[in-house]
Parts: sequence; C-alpha cells; structure tokens
Amino acid sequence: MNPDRILATGNDAIGYGAIAAGCRFFCGYPITPQNEIPAFFAAELPKVGGIFVQTESEISSINMLLGAVCTGMRAITSTSSPGYSLMQEGMSCIHAMQLPAVVVNVQRGGPGSGSIATAQTDYLFVTKSAGHGGMKSLVLAPNSVQECHDLIQLAFYLADKYRILVVFLPDAITGQSAEMLEKRTLEFPPLPPKNWALRGSAAKKGSRLIVDSFMPFNYSSYFPMIRKKIEQIEKEEVRFEERLTEDAEVLVISWGSSSRTALEAVTEAREEGIKAGLFRPITLFPFPKEAMRAAAAKVKKVLVVEDNQGQMLYDVEWALGCSVPISFLGIEKRDQPSGMGLLYPGPILEELRRLSQ
Amino acid sequence: MSAKKIKHGNPALFNAFMLPHFCPGCHYGIIVRCLAEALEETGVADRTIMVTGIGCAMVSAHYIKGVEGMVALHGRAPAVATGIKRALGPDSVIITMQGDGDLSAIGMGEIVAAAARFEKISVLFLNNANFGTTGGQMAPTSLLGQVTPTSPEGKSPEHGGFPIHMAEMMAGFKGVAYSFRGSVHTHKNYNRTRKAMITALEKQQAGHGLSFVEILSACPPGHHVKPMAGLELVEKKLMAEFPLGEFKNAERPA
Repeated sequence: MNPDRILATGNDAIGYGAIAAGCRFFCGYPITPQNEIPAFFAAELPKVGGIFVQTESEISSINMLLGAVCTGMRAITSTSSPGYSLMQEGMSCIHAMQLPAVVVNVQRGGPGSGSIATAQTDYLFVTKSAGHGGMKSLVLAPNSVQECHDLIQLAFYLADKYRILVVFLPDAITGQSAEMLEKRTLEFPPLPPKNWALRGSAAKKGSRLIVDSFMPFNYSSYFPMIRKKIEQIEKEEVRFEERLTEDAEVLVISWGSSSRTALEAVTEAREEGIKAGLFRPITLFPFPKEAMRAAAAKVKKVLVVEDNQGQMLYDVEWALGCSVPISFLGIEKRDQPSGMGLLYPGPILEELRRLSQ
Repeated sequence: MSAKKIKHGNPALFNAFMLPHFCPGCHYGIIVRCLAEALEETGVADRTIMVTGIGCAMVSAHYIKGVEGMVALHGRAPAVATGIKRALGPDSVIITMQGDGDLSAIGMGEIVAAAARFEKISVLFLNNANFGTTGGQMAPTSLLGQVTPTSPEGKSPEHGGFPIHMAEMMAGFKGVAYSFRGSVHTHKNYNRTRKAMITALEKQQAGHGLSFVEILSACPPGHHVKPMAGLELVEKKLMAEFPLGEFKNAERPA
C-alpha cells in the first residue's frame, strides 16, 4: 500500500499541498465549510516547525497574513464567503504592496450569512477586484481533491513569481468531498531571492526598507508596472480543461464543482448521440478567452452551467460575443428550494437535449 | 550598534534629513525622537521592524535610522505585528506605533486580541484625544466637553460616551507584562517615557509578554490652541483625565 495515496477531503488536500509547497504559516478564523483547513494546519504545522495562529476575525487574519508574507515566508489563510468579504481591505493592501500571498475561499451560498452549504455565488466578487482600487487577484478554481492539492502548490509558485495575491476558490462540495489523493511535491522553476522582505536591517548589511501602501507620489510608476504584470499573467498563466470538444455541437462551459456535474451530463448526452463537450476554465483570472473562442468556433450552441444566477456568464458573453447563441443553467435548477439543494446532472441533460434539437 | 548615553543634539539614530511633517506644537516629533534614543540605548534598531498605523504616526519609521518599517491599514498594526513577530521569531524586535483613533477606535479588536494572545510586541499608543489627521474629530479618548467637528456642542456621555483609558485597561490582561502612561511635555516626563520605552523593549526581548506605553500628546490644531499652549493642554486637561504612571510591571505569567 502506498502511504502517499490516501483518502482525503479537498480541504485536507489543500493543507497537504500547502505544506509540500513550503508554506509554514497559517492564520484563520473558524467558518463553515472550511473548518477542516485550520484544524489540519493546527495539527500539522508544528510538526514541520511552522506557525499556526487562530485570529479574532477575518480582518485580523488578512492583516496577519500580510505581516507574515512581508518577511518572505510562504503563508496562507483560509475562509468562506462572509469572511472573504471582511478581508477585502487587507487584500487591496497586499496588492498595493505587491506581496505574494495565498487566500483560500471555500465558497458557501448566498448573500449575508447565507447558507453553510455549497454554492458558486462569489465568482464576480472574487475575479473582478480585490477590494477597492481595482486590483485583480490571480484566481484558481479546483474541481477535485487532487486538484486542491496540486493547484495550491501552483498558487504559491505563482504568488512568488509575480508577487501577487492568489485566491484559491473551491466550494463546499470540493472542499468537503473525500476522494483518493496522491500526495506529491511538485517541482517548479527557480524563483528570484526575496530581497524585498522585511527581516531587519542587520540582515541587509545596514540598508533598510519601509513598506507602505500610501502612494500619492508613485502613481505614474505603479500603474504601468501593474499593467505589465497583468499582461504577462494573461499571456503566460491561462489554464483550462477541454473534454470531448473536438466534434462538439453543444459546448457546456462550467467551472469548479459544477463542472463535474456538467461532465456527467455531457457523458450521458454522448451516450444518447448528442455531440456535447465541456470547456472548464481553471484560472478564472486570467480568463481563458482565446482558448474558449477556439473551442466554441465550430459549435452551434453554448450552455453555461454554474451554481449561481449567472456570473461567469458575463465573462463568457464577453469572450464569445454574438458569435454563437449562449444559454444559461444555474442555481434555480437545483433539486430543492432550500440552501441545502444541489445542482444535479438531470436538468443539464434535459437542457442539452433541448438545445440539440 | 553600541549602547551609549546621549546628552546634547540629535540622537545618533534620528534621521534629521527627513523633513518634519508634524504641525507646530505637536508632540509626535518629540515622541519619535524619544524612541530613537530608546532604540540607541538598547542597541536593537538593526533588528527592529516598526509597524505604524494610519494617522499622524504613519511615517514615523522614516525618522529613525536603521529600523525597517511597515505601514499597516487603519487599526490593524497589532495583527500585522503578530504576523511579522511570529514569522521572524523571538530575536526580532517589533514596535507598533498607533494614534488613539487607530488603536482605541477602529483597532480596538486587534489590540485586545494581541494582548489576550500574549504577543511579544511593544505597543506605543500616542494619545492626543482626537483624530488629528482627518481634522480633529471626536475620538474614544476625547475629553468630556471637548468641541470637535463631530461633537460641535462638546462631547457628552450621551453623545459620545466617556473617554477610554487604555493603559489601565491593558494592565488587566495576563498577556500584558508592562503598561505605562507618560508624556513628553516636560524634561522629567520625557526621561520617564524614554525609560518606559526601554523597559517595554526589554520586556519584549525577555518574552514576558506584550508591553504597552501610552504617551499623552498635544495636538494644538485639533484642540484649537496655539502651539505653545499644547504644553498646558497636556498638563491641565489630558493629565486630569488620564493619570500618568506605571500600571503594570510583571514577569511572564506562570
């Protein structure tokens, strides 16, 4: 039996992946459905000489994370939707200071306290701006336990490479489902030394740094620098997955856990002779616009499936324009009216049958 | 860096090339100088990281040679300081410097939680009884009767409550090793405050807990007085509400 092949939840897989990536600092505040993540780090980080702090609020979490990452240490915090709202100012500050940080948002449903069950209702909020100031975080959306483990390692690498905030965006289904996980330490290209880190001037032979997000004097250098960084990210870091798209006539576009549901519907549709395919953005920012256009070039219809009222839909419409008819299936097609309802393959298959006629 | 006594002129660590940004009669510049002396006497500046809050104390780290700095968001300095201290370990020296709006209004949660968590950081709390940077609005530390843009009839208990006494409150936490309130409006008090800052840094390095130094400060524009009248403001009004003294001096709790 391979000890590195275990049954794990997505939330635990995030923990294993983060430690494999060299993350040695976690701070966070309890909130469902991500509670397995702080519990994991509280148990595991001390074993590798790492630091775990339970904070008094998500506002404190994001600022403590900012403090830890400005020393050059790989650090992470995790939360769920309402807590993610509280982190906005701190996230904006991390962007202003151009610090590498990783924030996990295991989404729960709806506005306000909402429901503690799954949903994908944070897409627009997470992808369009990190708090005030219009800064964009790099956003990764895993759809399996293995991806939680692998992509979180990529998240740390990308954060360091671009000195940017990376948001990791699973939902309650991906975070709390258990699947087989193969634990492995992924290799990435070497990174430049963190000369910008605060460690005391003795560590820098007397020179010193003062980090500040107040920038009335450097707009003219800051904004072009950010634009170049974003352009490079949009060029080099786009990630997506295509399934059965070669001959597809109806293209389903979906992300995160609902892409698993959509894939099931697509597979069943194929058995009925309907030529359906699936396109899944893995990076929600940068959005895989060009690849999506290519995948949709030959299809007759597009169906966007996500567990909300149509949020990625805006990006799909922006990417594809009027080139193909786009329809949508979302949270209103769940099996139950309560927050505990789920999106099942059935309604998606029905929609695919309708669209293929 | 060697420890030595300073008698006249600028302290060696005071960055005199930094243009002063404080208003005439403000005591913040004196407090920063006082800290420069304390850092020189303790010899820890080159492993010190100063986390300043939003407000007039924001750029204080620039005035002190050798220290690194981080400007935290409004109220969050103790949370940022916790991240830095825990990441760098016990050899680092972390000083936070926050005004009364920053620490006792928006940042009350962070300072209380840092004290409860037994963080080994030194907190300098600059209390001038108003929000100086934004135009002298009422703060939780503002005195009863104080006229400000947001208490035009004078602060009353029904309108804005009673002044918060932070140094006394911090002394009540097990995680706090040292709590002191001083001023810099006379030579004697300046020297006491300097010694308190040194004690605070020693408590941090010995791992005894959080050390808290509140310093009363004049804000002549905020209190609508002439620059020189700031000294009297501290002596007659602020000290009447906020008594000076040492409220706690303890070892690591058992």
